[in-house]
Amino acid sequence: MSLTTAPSRDPQNRNTLGFTTPSRKAPGRGPMSRTTSTRIGDWLVFALLSAGAIVMVAPLAWMVSTSLKTKTEVFALPPVWIPEVPQWDTYVRMWQDSSILTGFQNSFIVAATVTVLGTITCSMAAFAIAKMRLPFSNVIFIGLLTGIMIPYPTLMIPQFVMFSRIGWVDTLLPLIVPAIFGNILVIFFLRQYLENVPNSIIEAAKIDGANYWQIFWRLIFPIIRPAVAAQFILWFMAIWNDYLAPILYLNTPGRQTLQVVIANMNVQYATQRDYPLIMGASFIALLPILAIFLIFQRQIIESVALTGTKG
Amino acid sequence: MAGTASRLHRAEHRWALAFVAAPVIGYLLFTLYPVCFAIYASLTNWNGLGVMRFVGLDNYVRLLSDANFLESVYNTFFYMIGIPIGLAVSLALAVAMNRKIVGLTAFRTIYYVPVISSLAAIAILWQWAYNGDFGLVNQALALVGIDGPNWLASTFWAKPAIILMAIWKGLGYSMILYLAAIQSVPRSLHEAAQLDGANGWQRFRTITLPLVRPVTFFLVVTNVIGGAQIFTEINIMTPTGGPEYSTASAVWHIWRQAFRYQQMGYATAMAIVLGLLILIITLIQFSLNRRNSFVID
Repeated sequence: MSLTTAPSRDPQNRNTLGFTTPSRKAPGRGPMSRTTSTRIGDWLVFALLSAGAIVMVAPLAWMVSTSLKTKTEVFALPPVWIPEVPQWDTYVRMWQDSSILTGFQNSFIVAATVTVLGTITCSMAAFAIAKMRLPFSNVIFIGLLTGIMIPYPTLMIPQFVMFSRIGWVDTLLPLIVPAIFGNILVIFFLRQYLENVPNSIIEAAKIDGANYWQIFWRLIFPIIRPAVAAQFILWFMAIWNDYLAPILYLNTPGRQTLQVVIANMNVQYATQRDYPLIMGASFIALLPILAIFLIFQRQIIESVALTGTKG
Repeated sequence: MAGTASRLHRAEHRWALAFVAAPVIGYLLFTLYPVCFAIYASLTNWNGLGVMRFVGLDNYVRLLSDANFLESVYNTFFYMIGIPIGLAVSLALAVAMNRKIVGLTAFRTIYYVPVISSLAAIAILWQWAYNGDFGLVNQALALVGIDGPNWLASTFWAKPAIILMAIWKGLGYSMILYLAAIQSVPRSLHEAAQLDGANGWQRFRTITLPLVRPVTFFLVVTNVIGGAQIFTEINIMTPTGGPEYSTASAVWHIWRQAFRYQQMGYATAMAIVLGLLILIITLIQFSLNRRNSFVID
């Protein structure tokens, strides 16, 4: 709670000095000490945020540092914080006898297919729910709503049995197919965005003789593209980072997604005490998403804030 | 004229149905059918391949006296201690970031990096960071003269260790939502309160806290739903469920019963109980939220 008391001191001063009891100090000093105390508060906050930032970054920095250490340095006491000679070799040998490369490919196939096809199905459904005369709309709406209420662990066993009966175990299909039918949360988000689109432009397009597919594809989709893009990135990251569903279905190393590959490496190389390799592989696994985040951080943070405040 | 209108409406109906067809079919195939199947399977003794032998409510009776299941449910609730702690810290961070100071964007980015990072990679990292002798946590503690425990091997420290990691990973997300809510508070409100002589803490309690209430509610609900399904951290950091099953979560236990021991019927019953628990807790939260809102109004 020290964070909240720090800023509280400044307005109190501001008040007593500036308005209520000006007699206590020379009136001329009021504005001066106001800015001084604000500045002290700012520095305090800055120091606290910096300390917090170190805590946030330290584990990740340590991960990179460990990946560049020799095995001896990893187990050195007192600890070696920065490796004497960075072992870049870790990032070369990790590709040799592991499935990292196929892991990347598989993760990309799943995430890209689901997000590209899934955002189209979601946009179409959102358009129909928000802007069209939809029969049984209440039933459909409530039905989809109950779908959100059922957690994946409850569904995972029957889904697994279903897919194993049609021989889809150890393929990427169980991760792709259910998801391309659409994500209900994405549909609801897009529907909300569509509420702000005036009906008149749709009516105008109808009068011009456009059919509903043309209205959707040429008119609506371009309008909701910013919202779609935001959901696309968030969805891509969620699928890229998914772990539970992939470990249920994927057994053969060459068919696993990246998260499963690094989790298996963690078990396999820990027995050989090859922590530089484990840390290096884990770091590589989070690099693509980190890069996407750093490029699109403004849009990502804005859309996260929007989802949360509207939800 | 009326005929044309209704024909147009009928065409619109057909298009609209076609547009929602994918999610509706997806819902029927991948949610509704599995749920019905799960309810039936939970009443059987079944290994996933052979015959499903109907046993009535036996599985549900069995789980009430299954020490490991009860332990895993207890652990799952225990992990939720981290939710209020994480929310308090992230609200404090958001209040701090609502000032004009240097490097705000950088701070926002840094605090958000763990959120976007893959949970599997983060769990691998923290498993190693919690190593008793060579881990970052104890090495950092040693700098200030504290001899840290062997976190994940201790029945006492394993759960707090996982909570700490979860707080670290989730902080940035709640912080962003709180910051957005705080920044939507009009400045005039704060200025008016200041003129009335309210100090910082009073303004925080009477202005900021009530106005971020919807965000708090959203975060509590989603964190509880997500926390009830905690699995990845557990499976990676403590592959055997921790010392004396002290870290096993409900989903981890269900997963192991189903996919290691082929107790599909029994595991399904546990999964249904978990789903119902989540549903009931969520409904209670919604009704409490509604009641409290009325009091405030």
